[in-house]
Parts: sequence; structure tokens; C-alpha cells
Amino acid sequence: MSSGKNERLIVSPSPHIAGDETIPKLMYAVLYALIPAAVVSILFFGLDGLRVLLLSSLFCLLVEYLIMRFMLGRSSTLADGSALITGLLLGFNLPSNLPAWMIFSGAVVAIGVAKLTFGGLGRNPFNPALVGRVFLLISFPAQMTTWPLPRFLNFSWGEDAVTGATAISVVKEGLKQGESMDSLLAKLPSLIDLILGATGGSIGEVSAIALLAGGLYLLFKKVISWHIPVSYLLTVAVITGVIWLIDPTKSASPLFHLFTGGLMLGAFFMATDYVSTPMSAKGQLVYGVGCGVLTVVIRLYGAYPEGVSFAILLMNATTPLINNSFKPARFGHQAA
Amino acid sequence: MKSAKSLSSFRLGGIHPPENKLSATSPILDLPLPALVTIPVTQNLGAPAKVIVKKGDAVLVGQIIAAAGGFVSANTHSSVSGTVAKITDEVDSSGYKRPTITIKVEGDDWIEGVDLSDALVTDLGLTNQEMMERIVTAGIVGLGGAAFPSHVKLTPPKGKSCDVLIINGVECEPYLTADHRLMLEQGAELIVGIKILMQLLNSSRAVIGIENNKRDAIKQLEQLLESESGIEVTPLKVQYPQGGEKQLINATIGKEVPAGALPIEVGAVVHNVGTIVAIYHAVMKGRPLVERIITVTGKKITKPANFRVRIGTPVSHLIEAVGGLPMGSGKVINGGPMMGRALTTLDAPVVKGSSGILVMDGSESIRREAVACIRCAKCIDSCPMGLAPYLLKIWGERSELERAEDELVMDCIECGSCSFTCPANLPLLDYIRLAKQGVGRMLRERSKS
Ligand code: SF4
Ligand code: SF4
Repeated sequence: MSSGKNERLIVSPSPHIAGDETIPKLMYAVLYALIPAAVVSILFFGLDGLRVLLLSSLFCLLVEYLIMRFMLGRSSTLADGSALITGLLLGFNLPSNLPAWMIFSGAVVAIGVAKLTFGGLGRNPFNPALVGRVFLLISFPAQMTTWPLPRFLNFSWGEDAVTGATAISVVKEGLKQGESMDSLLAKLPSLIDLILGATGGSIGEVSAIALLAGGLYLLFKKVISWHIPVSYLLTVAVITGVIWLIDPTKSASPLFHLFTGGLMLGAFFMATDYVSTPMSAKGQLVYGVGCGVLTVVIRLYGAYPEGVSFAILLMNATTPLINNSFKPARFGHQAA
Repeated sequence: MKSAKSLSSFRLGGIHPPENKLSATSPILDLPLPALVTIPVTQNLGAPAKVIVKKGDAVLVGQIIAAAGGFVSANTHSSVSGTVAKITDEVDSSGYKRPTITIKVEGDDWIEGVDLSDALVTDLGLTNQEMMERIVTAGIVGLGGAAFPSHVKLTPPKGKSCDVLIINGVECEPYLTADHRLMLEQGAELIVGIKILMQLLNSSRAVIGIENNKRDAIKQLEQLLESESGIEVTPLKVQYPQGGEKQLINATIGKEVPAGALPIEVGAVVHNVGTIVAIYHAVMKGRPLVERIITVTGKKITKPANFRVRIGTPVSHLIEAVGGLPMGSGKVINGGPMMGRALTTLDAPVVKGSSGILVMDGSESIRREAVACIRCAKCIDSCPMGLAPYLLKIWGERSELERAEDELVMDCIECGSCSFTCPANLPLLDYIRLAKQGVGRMLRERSKS
């Protein structure tokens, strides 16, 4: 049957098999992990929440498609799922009443400027969704910090919702005015409500518990490694813990810091973005600690009440440096 | 039975490709002789062997037809009896033309002095030197794939000693089952072989490392070793590349061979189970290395098998023995899917270092389209040497050889874990090999000047 002479054999170097992980699979795992938080945001912010998520995703996909096809003349990259993730993450970072055109401009900055001008997926030094958010925050500070308060299972459309400040800014402003922590806490939803997400804030970041569930799913699926989220969260907990132990009347507890604001979203979904974060385990630990320190510093002493986005973007900038300084643990190079 | 968690493994990286040990339950069969054998003159790492027969010579099984060309070299024997038909350059499993002796097979008559019985011989009262001579004469090389002359590994450099002999029964390559079957069917011979090596190396401890997917072999050897002391079986986690020399040492005795050094640096010598059985035959039976066990397998092969095959048998003969090349086959690999080489022709012969023939379907043979690196670091996590494959690829691609050297490209053992893992389907190892070649050249030039 086979003389060997007329066989046409395929020849290529080893390895001859490949694992079944692909970029779309990884990206879709991230999308699944975002589902719990997306559901909570719709439960609490109703159709307005849904509107922001849909618009933001749609705009990001649209911008990616248009730029890839008509400005760069390349084939569509929508199928890899990364634009959809950026869209959802950007939506997560917005208040539920943001006008559509602002969302659109955020999408243009996130996808058009932060991602595609650098060459697309894999080449962007900064997390696109965060660049989009910070752009909006700086350009439209009023709209970006007016938070409709959640109304559980209220699906009325476009009705003017009651707005309020986020827990974190209530505390920050209050402490500045000299109020005691106890009296401030009395004004706020209970810690349980804060953890569940029944509080004012960006639609996707309010529910720490839903984000934690998604984050654990990503860890379990080995889409992300533990190094960044754990070092990030621990750093915030330790620093705010020490400050709190020194004077609990003038500072918020580490639990409050962990479960409010954008920390969970940042630690599990933003700071773990493959492209803009360090590669080696050691580098990731350093990066996570850096994110934690900057977050606390901005939260406690910065002009903005929340520091997660700025902290992560600043650390994005240090990624090349960290990659150069912290190499993977080597085999056979231990000091004798 | 140890639980999966407590099994030892190597310290860094590793992957778990589908095991596909399709031929694990197929007993070893003797493959009938082919009409012609093509025996590459040199089948060892090191110095080439020198041809000592000429066209038309009559040869017997076990007769030396090419003599070792130095200390780091090995004899090559005829694996059949017959007539030397030609001595020419032929394409071997590497895809290159190499000096080859073609012998027309006329029978199976052996040279004098070989014990062809199956009886287990445990002691002939030979001195160490006599045993070493028999190993050298028999042309034993590492049968795990590297084909390094075995007697060299049995001669530790001055000032070094072997504290522990490590026996590689890992067989971490998917599909391959030759070593597995050998341990099951020839365990007693293996143990005598281990004792020979312990005596030669003057070492009082031996550890047999076996991946835990071969429980029957583990149990079998444990039973055979019940009344013995000094030889232990260590079940290892099923994790590729557990059978890499440095990884196996790390997994079994917890030591880390320094970069660029040999195992003896940490007091270890590693031999593959197949090599040790061949050493048993050489020493106790006077039998040269003329055959080996080889797995012939593939998803479309109806009866994946393990054969005892004479060296020089064409691959096509093996494939016919399992029913011929299935329709739509794409690649035929000499070795396993992770480190084996794709054959350019089925006329290529089985050599001392061939552990398996894997036939892959056309659909499995084509690489997926590569896209841009997303810096997911999964290649780093998979690398058993702690390298940064994504970075080595970049330096390889750009011929930045100094940078590749700084990033320790020469430590790469070419296990392919990084390419296997990469979700962007990047052929990382292709570029890393390129960088290694370049850096190797650079280092040679540097040492010249
Ligand atoms: S595994 Fe592939 S995509 Fe991921 S960092 Fe390595 S080279 Fe890049
Ligand atoms: S082929 Fe080389 S670089 Fe890739 S995982 Fe194996 S040792 Fe590491």
C-alpha cells in the first residue's frame, strides 16, 4: 500500500500537537465571568443599566469594525471577543444615566485611540476600557460622578432617578469635614448592601460579590493567575487596616475599602488584562502591590474619591520596566 | 496508592497534553524481518562510526559493520544476516542524507557467543571492566531518543561520583507505550540491568521514575523489587516533560542540575529503561544492540501496536504491519508528537533512538493560523526551564542574538510546551530554535577568538 515513494507527507518541526486554548476561548471566558455583575447591574439600575451596557458594547464593536475595515483595511477582528470585553468593561465603569453620545466618545477613545492606534489586540500598553473611562471622567466630571441610586427591580424607562454620591466619596468628604466615621456609616447602606451592590456607583462595579464570583471563575478556569488580584487586594487591606487600627474613628475599615468603589472590578478584570500587565509571577506581584498602594493613596489623599482606574493606568505604564526587572523563576540558576 | 496531589513532579512549568496511549495494552510482538534493512552508519551522538564492511560482504546478525570512531561514539551492527548490497547516502529519519549500509536480508543467523535463550541470567561473575567492554562492544546508546553512547555516562569524570542512579521509565510523550510495555514484560531483565549499572557506577541507590498513568508497570516492578533493597519505584505526576533529564532528576531527588552542567554535578546518572534492558542483554547474554521496542500508533490506525524491530527496518514495513497508511494521513512522525520529527519519506529506517512511529491524520497535521501575541504569559507558565518564550521568539525573529543569550535561550530543552500552550498559535519553538542556532554559532566564534 505504501511504498513511501509517492506519499506526500506533511513535514513541520515539533511540537506536532497543540492545546485547545485559543484567544476567543479565553475572551469568552472573561465575558462569562462578567455575567453575574451585569445581571446585578440590571437588577439595580433597571433598563438604564441595560441601556448603558448595550450601547457601550455596541459602540466598541462598531468602532473596532469601522476602523479595522475602512481605516486600516484589515479583516474584522470582532470574533476574537476582545472588543466586546472592552465594551462591557467600559459600560461597567459608567453611571447608568450617561447620555449616549458620551458613551460613544468613550468607545472611540477606548478602541480607536487606546487600542487600535497601537496596533490592536496584544500591542496596547494601556487597558483600553480604563483609558475610555478616565477620558470621560476628565472631560465630563459632573456627569461621570452623578450616580443614580439603585432601585431594585424597577424597570421603568428613562424616569429621573434620585442621584447621590458613592459610599466612598461620602466617607471621603465627610472625614474631610471632620465628621466621625460612625456618623458617616449611619448615613450609608449597610456593609451587606454595599457588598451586594445596592449602592450608588458605576453600574458594573457596585456588586463586589458578583464580581468576586466572576473573578473566582476566571481563576478556576486558569484564565488569570492569582498573583495580581491577591497582591492587589491584600495590599489595600493591609494599608487601610493599619490606618484603621491607628484611628478607627477617622478612617474606614479595610472591609469597607475592599468592597466599595471599583476595587473588585479593578483587581479581577482590569488589573489582570493580559496585554498591559507584567508577565512573570514576581512581576505580577510587584504590579499588584503597586496598584494597591496607588489606589489607597489616591483614595485617601487624592483629588478624586476613587483611585482604582488611575492606579491601574499608572501601573500599566510601569509594565515594560517591571518586565525588564523581574524575570521568571529560572531553572538551574539558583545560587549554590 | 498515593493520591494524585502527593505525587512528585518537577519544580517549574509543564503541561498535560491528551495522553492517547492507544497501544498501552498491546503486548510486544516480534516483527518479521523485511527484505532489506538500511542501517545508518552512525546512530549515536558524538563522533561518527567508521564503515568496516564493503559491498558484497556476507554479514551475520550482531556483526560489527561500522566501528566506533572514538570514545564518544558507538559500534553499529548488522541486525540481520545477509549480503551488503550497497553503501550509499540515504535519507534517514532526520530528513538528511546520511551514510547508510543497505543489507539484503537472507536469514537470521547470529554471530558466535550470543545467548539467544529467554532464560534470565543474573550473574556471570564478570569484572567491572569485562562488563564495560561488553557494553562498548554491543554499541549501546541511549534509547530514550538522545542516542548518547551509554558507556560514556557510566564513566563519571574524575572527582565526581554517582550517588543515585535514576531510571527513566516516565514515557511522558503522548501516544508512546514502548517503555511501558517493556517494563511490564521485561521487568526482571530491567532489574538485573539496574544492578549491573549500580555496580559499575558504585552507587548504592537507584530510583525508577514512572508516570502515574502506568500503574500496572509501577505495581509490577514494586512486586519484583519486594525482596530487594536499594532500588525504589517513584510514581510521578503525569506532566510533560517529566521525562526530560533535568526534570526527572528534579522530580525524583529534588535536585536542580545547574545550567550548562551534567547530571553528575548533582551526583546523578540517568538511563532510560530501554537502554538498561539493552545493557542487560549486552552483559549477560553477549547480545549487541540490533533491535528495539517501538510503538506504531495513530488515531486512524486500526490496531496500534508495540513491536520488537530490527534496527534498519524501513518505517513503511512497520506501517504495513498495522494495516498500511490510512486514507487521508498527513504526517508520519518518528518519535512522539511533542519532540518527534516528521518524516520526509517512509523509506527512512528505524534507528537506535526511534521510540515510536506516529501517524497523524491530515486534519491533525496542519497548524492553526498564528495571530499576534496577547502577552498572556501562558508560555512562561508552561516552560519547565523558567524561560520567557514570547520574548525569545521576538529576539529570534529579529536576530538579536545577544539578547536571546541574556534571556538564557541556550537553556531551552526544545520540549515544545510553549508552542503547545500558546493561545495565539504562535510557533514559538521554531523561532527559539533559530535563536539557539544563532547563539550557538556566536558562542563558537567567541571561543575561537
Ligand atoms: S502564550 Fe503565546 S500569546 Fe501568550 S504570551 Fe506567550 S507567546 Fe504571547
Ligand atoms: S521549548 Fe524551550 S522555551 Fe519552550 S517551553 Fe520548552 S524549554 Fe521552554
